[in-house]
Amino acid sequence: MNGKILEIQNLTVRFGGFTAINNLNFSLEQGELRVVIGPNGAGKTTFMDAITGKTKPTEGQVFFKGKNLRPYAEYEISRMGIGRKFQTPRVYQKLTPRENLELSGARKKNVWESLTASSSTAERRTVVGLLETIGLAVKADIPAELLSHGEKQRLEIGMLVAQSPDLLLVDEPVAGLTDEETEKVGDLLLTLAESHSIMVIEHDMEFVRQIARQVTVLHQGSVLCEGTMDEVQNNPKVIEVYLGSEEAHAA
Amino acid sequence: MTVRTVDGVVDALPGLNTRQRKKALVREAAIALGVALVLMFIIPAMLTGLGQGIRVNQLGRFLALAIAALGIDLIWGFTGLLSLGHGIFFALGGYALAMHLQLQDGQIPEFFSLYGVSELPGFWQPFRSLPFTLIAVVIVPAVVAAAIGYLVFRNRIRGVYFSILTQAALIVFFNFFNGQQKLINGTNGLKTDTSTFFGLQVSDPRIQTTFYAFSILFLLGGYFLCRWLTSGRIGRVLVAIRDDEPRVRFSGYNPTGYKVFVFAVSAALAGVAGALYTVQSGIITPKAMDVAFSIEMVIWVALGGRGTLVGAILGTLIVNFARTLLSEKFPEFWLFFQGALFLIVVTVLPMGILGWLRTDGMNLLRSLSGREKLITYPSLETDPDVEYERKNLGDSESDG
Repeated sequence: MNGKILEIQNLTVRFGGFTAINNLNFSLEQGELRVVIGPNGAGKTTFMDAITGKTKPTEGQVFFKGKNLRPYAEYEISRMGIGRKFQTPRVYQKLTPRENLELSGARKKNVWESLTASSSTAERRTVVGLLETIGLAVKADIPAELLSHGEKQRLEIGMLVAQSPDLLLVDEPVAGLTDEETEKVGDLLLTLAESHSIMVIEHDMEFVRQIARQVTVLHQGSVLCEGTMDEVQNNPKVIEVYLGSEEAHAA
Repeated sequence: MTVRTVDGVVDALPGLNTRQRKKALVREAAIALGVALVLMFIIPAMLTGLGQGIRVNQLGRFLALAIAALGIDLIWGFTGLLSLGHGIFFALGGYALAMHLQLQDGQIPEFFSLYGVSELPGFWQPFRSLPFTLIAVVIVPAVVAAAIGYLVFRNRIRGVYFSILTQAALIVFFNFFNGQQKLINGTNGLKTDTSTFFGLQVSDPRIQTTFYAFSILFLLGGYFLCRWLTSGRIGRVLVAIRDDEPRVRFSGYNPTGYKVFVFAVSAALAGVAGALYTVQSGIITPKAMDVAFSIEMVIWVALGGRGTLVGAILGTLIVNFARTLLSEKFPEFWLFFQGALFLIVVTVLPMGILGWLRTDGMNLLRSLSGREKLITYPSLETDPDVEYERKNLGDSESDG
């Protein structure tokens, strides 16, 4: 599939009478870092749900490395190499960051394998390295529920990396973070982009400007336009969608 | 990235942890063995000495019930599955052993003649064999649970709906066992105390002492099994499923398999409990599948502290002895007491007795003994940040 890691053809997702994704076409190159933006209700999260198997497409196909994902369950898609970070940080609260990472990074995930598994030295070394990367080495052994919001965000990104997926789907990684933390997460994503394909959904325009090379704008469940940040920002359609709605609010 | 600290941490932290953990494990095993020995040799002698010999049999029965409580704790406390139908598995274990005992004298059990049945029903035949029976006590409940579990979990039925379904299944099984006189003596159940076992009557004190000892052994075994399951990798997956099941799928785990497995293990424990309880109380009837009894099992665990295996055992013993003693003195009073107990647990001790002891109780003890400690997040003396800064003060500029 000529270097495309993700290819989406004519994707439509309907919930009852409501169309969340409408005939969407999208593709992501191997190794690309793409930011998806769009106003509230544009269908960004549903888009990720459809890729990761949480929601099955009503029509259309999702191809990952040339493979149609429709018949697979979430956990199978995850094992194929698509990792997902959620909008609100979803780490396992009662487990420590170390356990969170070990759980995500385990290579064997069946019941019988988990019964007998203990982490190998190599696996433990990877986890320690990751803890260092996300800056949680000193808090590795306290329950994750005691971490701050920003630390949880970084931990979840760490969990994603531990899975060593080929494609990372990252949903609003800097929501609720301070400026300094935002920049740290941005740097982290840029580092990751050197060896992974990444798709980021984001609202924070400052942040998008920091990391974005290619930007895709979603509107009402379809792709409105694609291009570099500057192209997108000067696109009259985009201005209308973003500013137009604000004018409507003001009126 | 700072490579030198990476190596330092690898050598220091996990190594220390595993060594400490191993030490703690050995200590725990020693304590558990000690308690088991006391239960086996000292307590019975003490009770008999006090003229309370009858309590030994009660203790044995309650220890058997505690095995079922461990199973409830495993699925509820650790995996978040609230089963209100464990009476099914308890009864299946009890019936399996009772059927074997009914077949001891080589003839078809007496009650069959009452209903004009002259041929032993086919499914009774294999229960002539003791090994088959012993395996069936464990396997039948586990297989039934796995089948129910698979259907329920595969369809992603969770939470309250799961609880309701287990309760519904319980009622179905109850009605079946209650109505089938010609197969398993219906509502009268199967008596075991007049049967013979290894040449002795089951109610014989010598045999009863053996059952008492077996209850302790299986409780100990059940405890270590659950302890092993919950402390390994699988235990973390179970906790993860309890706290955020949808997220677990995106980590690449299929929760269905884990839940089916743990539900089956829990059912097997209930089956063993049912068998040991039956031979010590002398009869198994469909009343073991009473809705109230299955809910009671949950109350034992809630009172003792869910998510703490010792709590499940303690809760079972406390509630059952309280019931026995209170209903001897005030026969009408027990149900009110049980209701009050449940209310107290829900409102005052949401984490049960052991959960309270580990948090507030510990603080209370400290302040009483005058060694009050201010607990902060996560207790200042060991705050890794503070420690880290203290150690790496010079390096802090290059960081970040």
